[in-house]
Amino acid sequence: MPKKSIFIYNGNQLLFPMMSNPTSNPQNIRHKPWVKVTHWIITLSFLALTLSGFIILMCHPRLYWGEAGNDLTPALFELPVSRNYKHGGWENTTAFYDKAGSPVSASRTYEIFNQNGWGRSLHFLSAWFLVITGLMYLFAGFFTGHFRKQLWPGPGEFSAKSVRLDLINHFRKKFPTSTGDSKYGLLQKITYLKVIFFLLPLVAMTGMTMSPAITAAYPFLLKIFFGAQSARTIHFFASFALVIFLIIHVVMVIRSGFKQQMRSMTIGK
Amino acid sequence: MKKKTILTRRELIISGLTTIGGLMLPGCGKKLPPTYGNILRMGDNFTYVAQRALLPGQSMAKEYQQSDISSFPATGTTNPANKSNQYYSEAWDRFHHNEFANWGLSVEGRVARPKSYSLAELQNFPSRTQITRHTCEEGWTAIAEWTGVPVGKVLEHAGILPTARYVNFYAYDGFMECIDMLDAFHPQTILAYGMNGKNLPVPHGAPVRLRVEKQVGYKSVKYLQRIVVTDEFVDVGDTGWSWYVGM
Repeated sequence: MPKKSIFIYNGNQLLFPMMSNPTSNPQNIRHKPWVKVTHWIITLSFLALTLSGFIILMCHPRLYWGEAGNDLTPALFELPVSRNYKHGGWENTTAFYDKAGSPVSASRTYEIFNQNGWGRSLHFLSAWFLVITGLMYLFAGFFTGHFRKQLWPGPGEFSAKSVRLDLINHFRKKFPTSTGDSKYGLLQKITYLKVIFFLLPLVAMTGMTMSPAITAAYPFLLKIFFGAQSARTIHFFASFALVIFLIIHVVMVIRSGFKQQMRSMTIGK
Repeated sequence: MKKKTILTRRELIISGLTTIGGLMLPGCGKKLPPTYGNILRMGDNFTYVAQRALLPGQSMAKEYQQSDISSFPATGTTNPANKSNQYYSEAWDRFHHNEFANWGLSVEGRVARPKSYSLAELQNFPSRTQITRHTCEEGWTAIAEWTGVPVGKVLEHAGILPTARYVNFYAYDGFMECIDMLDAFHPQTILAYGMNGKNLPVPHGAPVRLRVEKQVGYKSVKYLQRIVVTDEFVDVGDTGWSWYVGM
């Protein structure tokens, strides 16, 4: 590997000296107890949300844009994830008005897959755990300086060049590229910041935009997400992105030393 | 080494628990629906208490324009006169043959003047027309125009007693749904006899259905038979579905 590219001088210290930086060794990573506790509560909630979210999606695997969307209106796209996919079990349509292009009604004759009774209740129960733990994590993160010290890129750290370097290092499978006083590498910081401050708030807010009671109280939610069905579609894509994050996160944990990483996030002191 | 923190872990946990306790508090004075020891039902009750505590009481669900009216699937029971269906109702079938001429909606329980209201009597109340979005638990939505009489007006007419806490709606297809007083007296909670400018069609619950616009679709029962006002929650056992679905 070209030696020049792995050292960056940020004004007062060398960054990315991967093999020599003591904090880059996963054996030395320490997580604060509140980080560990919230990490695992959020992990469990997220897994339950993903499972129940998929069960809910299976019941109606069609996604739309706007306020209204159902089997009698065109979908953005449909997913072949259950027997409900394009089931076609409808009686002949009847028009509501005597004019061309009138909205129609039709009676369903098909016995659909529907496990939403427990699916939805589990989804909202785990959502409570995620939201309450998430808010506690956010408060703690701001007040203890955790976000500022550990996650926010330091002065001079964030540049196109350093992002590119970290990316190259990742492709060379040099993972724990920790910088400065932080436990985390640059790409890692950017990813965590996106998950904490963009994807999770987005998935929570689009979720609430599907609630009739919450949108009655806060109609602006329907405006900013372009309607209840658009919110559902955005919710789907944000969840999909979070699942991709989870997979990459687990792969990185395994490749950077699974045992040590698990120890430092659990019983490690 | 002493860490410089504004919130210690202990303080954080205590303040978190206090917040949760604060959310539960408004529900403590009242008895909540049974949970049957099921953690999912506990979560449902938590959502109910939290939404009643945190959301402003009588905010209105969004109302739409005529041009927003969409196609609308009919699901669940779509014809109680269908003998091959498990939800067949002989009584409803007879009313349907008579074009609902001698159909009546009985209002009973904790009311001073129990009474059966004919369709004409319900239509003589001042009516409300609203174009709203139906949110089905399955995931789809549809927009339609509904015309009917607010449930609160009928309950006041029947002389609802001050101890009343729940309103139970029984339907000819065997379904029953119950709402609390806040939803029952919400201006958009109506007994709808018209849909998109016409009489309510059979697949959508003729002659009269309930519309509860601040909850998910299955609370809006079709083919109404009677309304029973109660002081206590009517325990019909764990149906496997959340009782409160404002979400």
